[in-house]
Amino acid sequence: MSVGALPLAVTFEAFTDIGFWSGVLVVAGIYAVVTLGLQLNVGFTGIVNFGQAGFMAVGGYSMAILVLEAGLSFWLALPIAVLVTMGFGLLIGLPSLRLRGDYFAIVTLAMAEVVRLVAQNARDLTGGNKGLYCEFEGVNQTCFDDAWRSVSDSMLGFFESFWSDPEPLLPLLIVIWVTVVLGVVALTYLQGTPWGRVLRAVREDEDATRALGKNTLLYKLQSLMISALLGALAGFFLALFLATIHPDDYEPIVTFFAFGVLILGGLANYKGVVVGAILLWTLLEGTRFVELPISEEKTAALRFAIVGAVLIGLMAFRPQGLFGKREEMVLGD
Amino acid sequence: MKDFFDARPALVAFGVLGLIALALVVAEGLHDVAQASLNGLTLGTIYALGAVGLTLVYGILRLVNFAHGDFLAFGAYIAYLVNVTWGLPLAAAIVVAMAATALLGLASERLMWGPMREKGAGWLQLLLMTIGLAFVIRSAIQWFWGNEIRTLDVNVTDSVEFLGLRIGQTELMVVVVGIAVLVGVGLVVRFSLLGKRMRALSDSLALAETAGIDTKRVILYTWLFAGALAGLAGVLSGALTNLRPELGFELLLPIFAAVILGGIGNPFGALSAGLVLGVVIELSTLVVEPRWKLTFGFLALIIALVIRPQGIFGQARAA
Repeated sequence: MSVGALPLAVTFEAFTDIGFWSGVLVVAGIYAVVTLGLQLNVGFTGIVNFGQAGFMAVGGYSMAILVLEAGLSFWLALPIAVLVTMGFGLLIGLPSLRLRGDYFAIVTLAMAEVVRLVAQNARDLTGGNKGLYCEFEGVNQTCFDDAWRSVSDSMLGFFESFWSDPEPLLPLLIVIWVTVVLGVVALTYLQGTPWGRVLRAVREDEDATRALGKNTLLYKLQSLMISALLGALAGFFLALFLATIHPDDYEPIVTFFAFGVLILGGLANYKGVVVGAILLWTLLEGTRFVELPISEEKTAALRFAIVGAVLIGLMAFRPQGLFGKREEMVLGD
Repeated sequence: MKDFFDARPALVAFGVLGLIALALVVAEGLHDVAQASLNGLTLGTIYALGAVGLTLVYGILRLVNFAHGDFLAFGAYIAYLVNVTWGLPLAAAIVVAMAATALLGLASERLMWGPMREKGAGWLQLLLMTIGLAFVIRSAIQWFWGNEIRTLDVNVTDSVEFLGLRIGQTELMVVVVGIAVLVGVGLVVRFSLLGKRMRALSDSLALAETAGIDTKRVILYTWLFAGALAGLAGVLSGALTNLRPELGFELLLPIFAAVILGGIGNPFGALSAGLVLGVVIELSTLVVEPRWKLTFGFLALIIALVIRPQGIFGQARAA
């Protein structure tokens, strides 16, 4: 992709490259799953949860530990890890959901950091900074994603019957996006039920809702636990995509990026989450094809600056996000 | 007991801490506890300096500034520019870094927070903007200085001994400068007209305005104040350890912990809580391995928030 003397050039060939788009869509899909939880919390319940990265870590680590240390099958480990994460959400939410909004935001952020620091330091269980992937016993190795690999391979084998060189990420891509679609459909349905209407009532005026005899804490807890569930799923997908589980992949940055997706797509709109995720990651990965005469380090800095500018710009000029409904919700107290 | 706890929370907290310290003295010996406390005081100075500014901005403007940590990092890198790139003494670097970070705070108020308040922006809207600002500052640092770890031109080998306790020359400088500034800050906030006005605004912006205080002016001074202290804390932290782009975010949560423990908007609370938190974190290394100490600090924050969200020094207004 050398462009000679031109200081700045854009190569479009990659935009038709299926490998590029699979990569973007996998990451966007993972962020869509995790941000759906944020949408339920922030957009529809009015609780500002900054702990999504922590839920992802709890989900991912529980799954890998159950497979590698407890010797459980991958398929059994998944639901148990989901339950563990939801239980963790309950544990966090029970004391902290009574707090004022900004306190809750800080507590959840601190909680996510505690999870990450424990993952970094409880070396016997989590592998510390080496992360988790495979266990070796003599010549045998067990990896947490063995079961998924074989499913993925058989799916690829099936694609090969009509496509000579299938994209290796395609099976994961399909599973992630089926989850995204199911998530959007299920959450949109739930929002229309009496339960969903109570959540919105809590968002609008918690005291009034309580005065009507609703146990608002219970509703907020349920909202947080569903968010934890979605976080756990995103954690699984991230672990399968990266083929490793490492503390650095669950930094608070992940939550902040998810907030970027949430705001970009718009509040109180589940479909907006999907659009926001695709938009943000196309934008971020697209910077790779603008050949700037700068080092990789500076390109990474530039990507950060883009997310920062998107957040500042949206909050200043369009706080409801691109597809948010102003009459439904504006971040203006 | 509960009544007493509610009436004198700070006393109870210090009582409990005293008992823990006493137990540690019995278990680990006086020397180790004193040494750990001294280390903790060094760390706590940095937390306290960061927390005073953050709590004033939080209390007065209800702005949860997630970019505050990156203000610290900004100050540290400006000091690097002056101290290492230009080769000037550290004292000059500290002054320039404080001035530059104060200006950064002022600029953010003029360009972002002031106009947003006029628009009637909510706290979450502002919080997300501070995250955006944090990203922009951090990426600017990465752009100009890269990701490599840098150190200021300070003496890291020589140490001073007294009463059998050992403290590095740089640590000593950090403690002396930090405590001196903290005392100064305490006096300014307690006795000066500006300090009284800041606390009045922190209690109630509307009431302060009705009382004829030029709130806009006080807010600008608050930013200068918060920025300068953040810059100083950043340089001291950089001198103590090293400089890396994540420096700010790593310090942010402990500083928030100090702010909340001290009661939001209460500068004295933030100051004492910062020092106490530093000491508690270092004392924890006597019991658990040092790598766990930050985890310990955050757990303390969570527990404190859950038990007493208005902070040890605050009044009930968090529920």
